[in-house]
Amino acid sequence: MKIVATDRKGAEQVVEGRNGWSVMEILRDAGLPVAAECGGACACATCHVYVNDGWYEKLPPPSDAEVDMLDMALAVEPNSRLSCQLVCSDELDGIKVTIAPE
Amino acid sequence: MSTPIQTDVAIVGAGPIGLFAVFELGLLDLKTHLVDILDRPGGQCTELYPEKPIYDIPGLPIVTGQELTNKLLDQIKPFGAQYHFNEMAAGLERLSDGKWKLTTDAGSEIIAPVVVIAAGGGSFVPKRPPVPNIEAYENKGDGVGVHYAVRKMEAFRGKNILIAGGGDSALDWTINLAPLAKSLTLVHHRDGFRAALHSVNQMRELEREGKVKFHVASVKQLHGDNGKLTGATLAGADQKAWLHETDAFLPFFGLTIKLGPIAEFGLNLHENLIPVDTAKFESQTPGIFAIGDINSYPGKLKLILSGFHEAALMAQAAFHICKPNEKLRFQYTTSSSSLQKKLGVA
Repeated sequence: MKIVATDRKGAEQVVEGRNGWSVMEILRDAGLPVAAECGGACACATCHVYVNDGWYEKLPPPSDAEVDMLDMALAVEPNSRLSCQLVCSDELDGIKVTIAPE
Repeated sequence: MSTPIQTDVAIVGAGPIGLFAVFELGLLDLKTHLVDILDRPGGQCTELYPEKPIYDIPGLPIVTGQELTNKLLDQIKPFGAQYHFNEMAAGLERLSDGKWKLTTDAGSEIIAPVVVIAAGGGSFVPKRPPVPNIEAYENKGDGVGVHYAVRKMEAFRGKNILIAGGGDSALDWTINLAPLAKSLTLVHHRDGFRAALHSVNQMRELEREGKVKFHVASVKQLHGDNGKLTGATLAGADQKAWLHETDAFLPFFGLTIKLGPIAEFGLNLHENLIPVDTAKFESQTPGIFAIGDINSYPGKLKLILSGFHEAALMAQAAFHICKPNEKLRFQYTTSSSSLQKKLGVA
């Protein structure tokens, strides 16, 4: 599966995802500026992304823990998610995300 | 400025690795002072995931960040380390006698032959919202402009205050400042809060009494000439924007990690990490060591257990710098009565 990722400068790149990995891990390993300070424990809100172009609605809804953690994210929008909580799968092939401001 | 402190080893960072370094250095009779920007020990373990279980500490099948910190504090208690909390390591300078002087932003000066950087990813600092030009309104005095913490509540008396956020700090300060503010407005991106339920109930009560105004909205822009804040543009979920008059803006979105002044310590950083050798975990600057997440070497794994190993080897090398004329006697805590005496168990 592929992830279409836009960085904070607006540059778009396509990165190869891996089923079962979190979107945060894929973005981080691709060198995109995702801090992910807590390492994927849904405990810091520094892997915040916007999910675009209708992909937000296709995702499983956020857990209560993720909704709570998003309270500590900056510039939250209705399509905000924590990328450590999004799991790559064939259903998400082509998902579009934009890295939120830090 | 206080009198400089003399010690054997100054440790930057009181996270799990800085704490365990106290143990390894203590077994070798080396005295330590620790500096940490947070107000308590534990670093990321207590700041980010105090309640989350960690499963990969050898011998502790399951332990939370807070429990691990508590256990480490117990383990190092016999060594009487001195803590400097709420202080950021701000400067490092080599003295003419070869020792190092570490200074903090609170004015403490620690003089030691060895400095150990165990700072993880750097310093925990407040998250700054991505509002254009927000820096221009920071540090403009008590009670006005942008503040990420409240030091003098009284300074906010009679002021129009705007608070943003949905966590405990946002709600606590809404509750505490509302009685003395001229007006208090809270904005958050949703009509729900991460904060403790009793705080949310208190805030809702103040809202009913008309002492707090709450909007599902976010701050888009700040206004005011020459750094004097006069208002903010707020926008709701429907993107409709309006101008809100305010004297002070207090964003509370928790902390994030920034490398901070360590970048200026002259340690030849590579991608914000301190390169070290794997025999001593010494940086390219003699006498300055780096252990835990902040260092880099071939094969490095950012694991707490790796940091413990690094602390042990660092201590051996630090001993030779601190006590150049003494022979290091390598001993086991199981069999050595002198180590057991130091630990207070013999």
